Amino acid sequence: MTKQQTGPRMGPGAAPGQRHTRPAARHRSAYPYALYLPAAVVYLVIFLVPTVTAFYFALTRWTLFDSTFVGLDNFRDFLAEQNLRIGFANTIVYAVVTSGLKVVLGLLLGVLLTSRLRLRGFLRSVVFFPVLVSTVAVGITFSALLRPDTGLVNKALALAGIDGPDWLGDANTALLSVAAVDVWKGVGLATVIYIAGIMSIPRDYYQAVAVDGGTAWHRFRHVTLPLSWPATYSVIILSFIGGLRSFDLIWTMTRGGPGFTSDTIASIIYKQYQAGFFGLSTAGNVLLFIIVTAIVLPLNYVLGKRQVAV
Amino acid sequence: MKTSHRTIATAVAVLAMTALTSCGSSSEPAADGTVTLSFMTGSDQSTVDTSKALANAFMKANPSIKIDMEHQPGGSEGDNIVKTRLSTGEMTDVFWYNSGSLLQALNPAQTLVDLTGDPVLTNVQQDYLPVVTQGGKVYGVPATTLTGGGILYNRKVYDKLGLEVPKTWDAFMANNEKIKAAGIAPVISTFKDTWTSQLFVLADFYNVQAAVPSFAQDYTAGKVKYATTPAAQGGFQHLADVHAKDYLSKGFGSATLDQGLKMLVEGKGAHYAMLSGLLPPLLATYPQTATDVGFLGVPSSDPAKHGATVWEPPAIYIAKTTEHLDAAKKFLAFVASPAGTEAVTAAVRPSGPYRIKGSKLPDDAIQVAKDLQVYIDKGATSPALEFLSPIKGPSLEQITVAVGSGLTPPAEGAAQYDKDVEKQAKQLGLAGW
Repeated sequence: MTKQQTGPRMGPGAAPGQRHTRPAARHRSAYPYALYLPAAVVYLVIFLVPTVTAFYFALTRWTLFDSTFVGLDNFRDFLAEQNLRIGFANTIVYAVVTSGLKVVLGLLLGVLLTSRLRLRGFLRSVVFFPVLVSTVAVGITFSALLRPDTGLVNKALALAGIDGPDWLGDANTALLSVAAVDVWKGVGLATVIYIAGIMSIPRDYYQAVAVDGGTAWHRFRHVTLPLSWPATYSVIILSFIGGLRSFDLIWTMTRGGPGFTSDTIASIIYKQYQAGFFGLSTAGNVLLFIIVTAIVLPLNYVLGKRQVAV
Repeated sequence: MKTSHRTIATAVAVLAMTALTSCGSSSEPAADGTVTLSFMTGSDQSTVDTSKALANAFMKANPSIKIDMEHQPGGSEGDNIVKTRLSTGEMTDVFWYNSGSLLQALNPAQTLVDLTGDPVLTNVQQDYLPVVTQGGKVYGVPATTLTGGGILYNRKVYDKLGLEVPKTWDAFMANNEKIKAAGIAPVISTFKDTWTSQLFVLADFYNVQAAVPSFAQDYTAGKVKYATTPAAQGGFQHLADVHAKDYLSKGFGSATLDQGLKMLVEGKGAHYAMLSGLLPPLLATYPQTATDVGFLGVPSSDPAKHGATVWEPPAIYIAKTTEHLDAAKKFLAFVASPAGTEAVTAAVRPSGPYRIKGSKLPDDAIQVAKDLQVYIDKGATSPALEFLSPIKGPSLEQITVAVGSGLTPPAEGAAQYDKDVEKQAKQLGLAGW
């Protein structure tokens, strides 16, 4: 770490700190902007143009062959969608459950994996491993594991004498089963963020608790918990946004079913797209964008304020 | 207010597609005069086998034409690929696609080659033409056989329990009671593959039409609804009935089509509301499919009016962008000829009659094909609603899962479907909605 203090020095040429005598003010403005150009073109073509066209096509009846301008009809139709209420409630439930569990489990695992364990490195990899696996692969695997008759989960439960439900085929358990798999897959990332957060807490505080005769619980309650707030903040924001726009796992595991019971806003939008209602589904995407922004901006503000207060 | 935004749409689609697709199609005739036709077809087993049989037999008869096959995924994902490729001019020379309501969404006047009055159609039965016609022009030839939609049942189970083939819904339910008492699942349901849940409703259309002959026209015009037509609500009621009596196979919520077919063939389940066309690929692993599985139309309340709903064969079309029109027409003429159907029969046992003049079912046809032929000979069939009307609500499969799982009462399910249909009619820009 000490090496970095001298600063990077690449190749020959002027050493840092050596002043240029050239009157560069005029050139300086043109030169960096030219460097932005390639990135700006990529940004324009891949991000800005589709975004702007999306806002336009949301106002049309669009079949890919031609489009007819229909004003705000698509927004009205999307809001009149019969299952939007279920989808909206499910989306919120899903986001709250997954981000809540990720915070709790991530924090506990973070504490565990920063303690003096012999297999610490190995266990850290094990926790992080699911993050690296493709979501679709996870969905397919768990669909097989959660099958009512042949799935491993119910077979294991049967050994304990429990008759497991049809996890993904039953309306009561479908959404929560998917949420549980989402937590399994995502908790590794939360843990890593917590490990970084906990590691950055100065040792002095723990020593102070020790001097005052505090127990492990005191160390956790009065030092780790409050001082890892920045990590909590990141985990909540990241997993909440992820939960709000969750789609891939739900689609591979239940397709919003049975019936409409595990539909989320994203899966409703995708179904419109599948049906060939391109304008309508684009309108749904614009709405989702607005909803996520409307929820996350205030959340970000509130959590951010708390962070300053600590 | 209708403006064509093809250029914008094309530009956006091209941007998206160039990264994803390789555009290296060899369109020029080779030095020795061979022409290569590209042919896009479906990816389910029966479609693949049929397409292969057609292509191979055709290449044997026409050594100067080579056919390159590609496959598209099924369902609405495949629909979108077809639409995108047609709208960007990247379509293969010929392709396999649904007939009936889904054809309308392809905008055929702009994208497909018009075959009206062409000798290609000489052998096609007149009855078939309406399902590949739009705006008075004909665009395709039947690619395979007619399929029956109704209830597939295990004949061994029926023999063992001494049951009779039911002609009324009450008789059907009475059979279910006996089957359940014998420890066999009376009705197989596979709601993981959601589309399979629709058959009780879609295959009930023969009964709807028998009760309300003008239903299809009035429905397209927005004059009649499922929720307000008792006969049309019948399908939803059937779904609710079999669930309420606890006749469904165990784990129906997460079972798949393949598992369902297997249960049926092995006799672990007795009835399965399904399409007969899905059976031929099973013959390789379960030869008993040919004899053990029978077909019956969804029973109604009136035994005198018992009949079956049929699905017209999908078609093969020529994209307007083709550079090998002559070769493509030659191929279509072969598909729509007795020689073409013979080639298919040699590879895939037909699950129903062909739509080609002069083609006959072979003597060793599988049982469901024979059962279907009986209905056809009696004149007791009707095409499914999606061949008579351009409207088919996209959420029907979720609604039927919800009704079939007891989550939604049948009347509410029918009302939900009416709303779904209304949305689709508006998106299609139909008059009267």
